[in-house]
Amino acid sequence: MAKKKIRIRAKMKGEVTEVKALMSHPMETGLRKNKKTGEKIPAHFIQDITCEHKGARVLVAHWGVAISKNPYLAFKFTGAAKGDTIKVSWNDNKGESASAEAKIG
Amino acid sequence: MKRRSFLKGTIASSILGVAAGAGLLTPQSVLAAWPKAAFEAKTIDDGIQAALGASDVTESGDINIKAPDIAENGAVVPVTISTGMSGVESIAIFIEKNPVPLASSYDLGPNTEGFISCRVKMGKTSDLIAVVKSEGKLYSAKKMIKVTIGGCGG
Repeated sequence: MAKKKIRIRAKMKGEVTEVKALMSHPMETGLRKNKKTGEKIPAHFIQDITCEHKGARVLVAHWGVAISKNPYLAFKFTGAAKGDTIKVSWNDNKGESASAEAKIG
Repeated sequence: MKRRSFLKGTIASSILGVAAGAGLLTPQSVLAAWPKAAFEAKTIDDGIQAALGASDVTESGDINIKAPDIAENGAVVPVTISTGMSGVESIAIFIEKNPVPLASSYDLGPNTEGFISCRVKMGKTSDLIAVVKSEGKLYSAKKMIKVTIGGCGG
């Protein structure tokens, strides 16, 4: 898993900062079957995402299995300055987690 | 079989117990715990009640759903919800005909704008419903999306 799990791009447009995050995750629904064995592939999906700016939570997301594979998330918030850090982290239903930081540009 | 699944359940919960005891689960993350009941609700009304804590929903013209009219691939349907309302506390996305209608819910911070963009899976042609909680009240808007290839299953 050398691949980066979260890629973030944060840009300011006037007062508003737009954050775009792309995560790498299989997002298995638990409904799909393995075509060779016919066995169900167990669910494996991101449940919680937390986005923080200066230690304050700007967004907390709860996801179900209906979010697409390699999820994308974008949101906007105010009150940031250029050069601030934005942190995005996730936890999935198997207890795995990842986090990444990016500077607002 | 029943006994086996019971055992599995006990083991899983004891592991969780150990994790909590070791301080791996901080109180903060417990507070923002994943709303399991909301993601198990089979109807939209139950889902709204479980996710947002109320079921009084008013339709609103101030919620904009940007999504394709026809989704060629139900596994990846880009959706953007935006609203001009002030004091937006949460946004939730429901897909009526999915096995579980609630796709995702978002809790917004005080400085966060009423704007969310993500990609969802849709099993078949269905209404997509966005519910916005603003100043304690719920508002909704919906959009029909036609799906030509489903995204929930093989």
